[in-house]
Amino acid sequence: MTVARIASLIALALLIFTPLFLKNFYIFQMTQWMIYAIAVLALNILTGGSGQFSLGQSAFYAVGAYTAAIMMEHMGVNYVFTLPVAGVICFIFGFLFGLPALRLSGIYLALATFALAVAMPQLLKLHFFEHWTGGVQGLVIIKPDPPEFLKSMGLKVSQDMWLYYFTLVVALAIYFASTNLLASRSGRAMMAIRDNQIAANAMGVNVSLYKTLAFGISAGITGVAGALGAIAVAFVAPDSYTINLAIALFLGMVIGGVGWLPGSLAGAAFIVFVPNIAESISKGLSGAVFGVILIIIIFLVPHGARQVAYTAQHLISRIWKSS
Amino acid sequence: MELFVNQVLAGISTGAIYACMALAVVMIYQAIDHLNFAQGEMAMFSTFIAFQLMQWGVPYWWTFPLTLIISFAGGVAIERALFKPLGNAPVLVHVAGFIALFAIINSVAGLTWDWTIKQFPTPFGNAPFLGSQLISTHQAGMIGITFLLLVLLFIFFRFTRVGLAMRAAAALPESAKLVGINVSWMIALGWGMASGIGAIAGILIAPVVFLEPNMMGGVLVYGFASAVLGGLSSPFGAVMGGFLVGVFENLVGTYIPGVGNELKLPIALALIVTVLVLKPGGLFGRVAQQRV
Amino acid sequence: MSTMLSIKDLRAYYGQVQALHGLTLSINEGAVTTLLGANGAGKTTTIRAVCNMVRSTGSIEFQGKSLIGKSTESIVQYGIAHVPQGRGTFTTLSVEENLQLGAITRKDKKAIGEDIEKMYAYFPVLKQRYQQQAGTLSGGEQQMLAVARALMLRPRLMLLDEPSFGLAPLVVRDLFGILKKINLEDKVTILVVEQNAQLALELAETAFVIETGRIVMSGNAKEIASNEDIRKSYLGY
Repeated sequence: MTVARIASLIALALLIFTPLFLKNFYIFQMTQWMIYAIAVLALNILTGGSGQFSLGQSAFYAVGAYTAAIMMEHMGVNYVFTLPVAGVICFIFGFLFGLPALRLSGIYLALATFALAVAMPQLLKLHFFEHWTGGVQGLVIIKPDPPEFLKSMGLKVSQDMWLYYFTLVVALAIYFASTNLLASRSGRAMMAIRDNQIAANAMGVNVSLYKTLAFGISAGITGVAGALGAIAVAFVAPDSYTINLAIALFLGMVIGGVGWLPGSLAGAAFIVFVPNIAESISKGLSGAVFGVILIIIIFLVPHGARQVAYTAQHLISRIWKSS
Repeated sequence: MELFVNQVLAGISTGAIYACMALAVVMIYQAIDHLNFAQGEMAMFSTFIAFQLMQWGVPYWWTFPLTLIISFAGGVAIERALFKPLGNAPVLVHVAGFIALFAIINSVAGLTWDWTIKQFPTPFGNAPFLGSQLISTHQAGMIGITFLLLVLLFIFFRFTRVGLAMRAAAALPESAKLVGINVSWMIALGWGMASGIGAIAGILIAPVVFLEPNMMGGVLVYGFASAVLGGLSSPFGAVMGGFLVGVFENLVGTYIPGVGNELKLPIALALIVTVLVLKPGGLFGRVAQQRV
Repeated sequence: MSTMLSIKDLRAYYGQVQALHGLTLSINEGAVTTLLGANGAGKTTTIRAVCNMVRSTGSIEFQGKSLIGKSTESIVQYGIAHVPQGRGTFTTLSVEENLQLGAITRKDKKAIGEDIEKMYAYFPVLKQRYQQQAGTLSGGEQQMLAVARALMLRPRLMLLDEPSFGLAPLVVRDLFGILKKINLEDKVTILVVEQNAQLALELAETAFVIETGRIVMSGNAKEIASNEDIRKSYLGY
């Protein structure tokens, strides 16, 4: 058993059992954490996997969220089915966005994705769509109840707890699918593109296809995260999906270690918990404290949680070997 | 027709704001090959320093150069303390650094000078320019200073040795070292200059948008967009980009129905992205030719 | 003839990997010397160590001054010009700007202008393309530009890292002919690192052969070139 495998099992055990001992509000925070981990993972596939930079993930998140909300509120669809629909719609959206984005790279792609992120809240507020989106006020969603079979088993499960485990299962499924993707031929094609696009092209990799696919997949996964977010919070509104969310997801990716899927969990933890910590340290200077914590982290571990993990693994292996 | 001309002129005046910011953006890009997301906040902070100096009784024409010097020094200091130590860390980590800087500066400014809007004086006055109702003397002054800055920067980069050295250091640091250039100090110099230009931009913009910690948020975005539109290697492009964005934004707001203030920014950005897709180096930029 | 560059017991490291294992060689003033060896032998590492571009220990002395620990840019200012592997051309800048950069540390403006004209005389194709973006030049032209840029420093010692790389043999012959001329007329000491042993041995007077980070053979270039055993075992032809 390698160090990494043991660590993963411990982490999994913690994720499964901790909520049983927590109050609903903290379970809700853990759900939020899982949801952001999914979104950060999506960004890791895009940037770490195919080398494309995106500051626009909040737009896909928003589309996923609104898809779920509209389906649940206006069409009465069960929340479970909103996830795949959100995923597919966002995949298409991401793929379509990826097409013109093929001509852009680096700073120009950043700007284009940034534009998308900035535009999205405004589009959601548009009068034209108000009937569906609820305009500036957004939509309230009815939080789903845990399924009947649990009650019949005598288990008292709160809505938050049920949603947490539901999210956890989805997150694990996405995680395993993504790991497989990156290890597959397609994943290697994407990474070849990331490392040297010209060489990849010369080797016969269909660069355009894989780049747009990467965008599509990343957007699709982010959309699923958005849908889960909408369900968990029971509410969608345009101003919940601003550029700040996109920036937060970006930071999550960097803190976790770009391209390292397990790091998404660490990165998401940073975005969910550190702002609160910053505010408790100093209300007036919460932004500054946040910035300082961020700087300290990137100074100590520029390669993020991945660096921490590898260093720890190295240390533990050495201790084992010498004992 | 008259409405059109009015809107174009009004667009040129707002465009001057973006052009000024775009110059600072291009400056930093020429020095370090990335965009500094905290540029706007640094400019805002410099403007607050100017404000504070004037509160303490320093006359405007002393405040201006003093603020420039302080901003220059501040830019160098931030680079030495924060970004030099990050050194060879991946680009994305530097970006995280810019974001952190943004958060810190914004927060500190808010705490020091609070979040209420303040008036900021202009040396040009606010009278109608040459009797025209469309451009005030301040706006004309802003356009004038922006062009002056542009000319100075152009001369600096194209005709001075330090300018050439800076361009080389940003383009290919290892080769630059091999011709004897101290790349590290070129980067610090670039930061100082960008900070100074940002200060000028802030001081010119504040009389129009009013001084408060969040004043540069929107302006920075437009500044980036203008710089990218114009081509990041070209200060002239940045300025032209600024004016074009200003004019376009105004015309869109006037002539396309249903476009209120909220949609102006996304539409302007959409235009820019469209241009980039068609002309990836920007309107006036040079795309580096890559021979494999 | 005095020693211009003296390297003793040089060990160089890329991270944890040691690339040079106690290398010793010296170069005389005014000579053309070549350092030969197979891929991965440590030729490029040696040259980079001279300019402190790679972590190293040992002794490197240039005209009696120690170079170890000094920054790359200050080493350049002693009068050492390094033409790196792959040319290191400033592709986004014009040909003439590349030349100006070669002289960026010099203060004598008028002489710089004269030197640029001199470079155009050595390499007429550069004059034709002086306003062009350097990245649009062909491999051979970029190599000439790289050499010209190095010469703009008015160096005492010029280090060239695989200048023949990717160039047609005729182009390399021309280039080496110009290097010989520069050595004789401008009194520039030259150290050429090369994989293409045959042409390098025609150009140089002295040769060193490096294998896995150590010098295994040194001597007169003509003798080495005519010694079939050495050629076959160390140089592959």
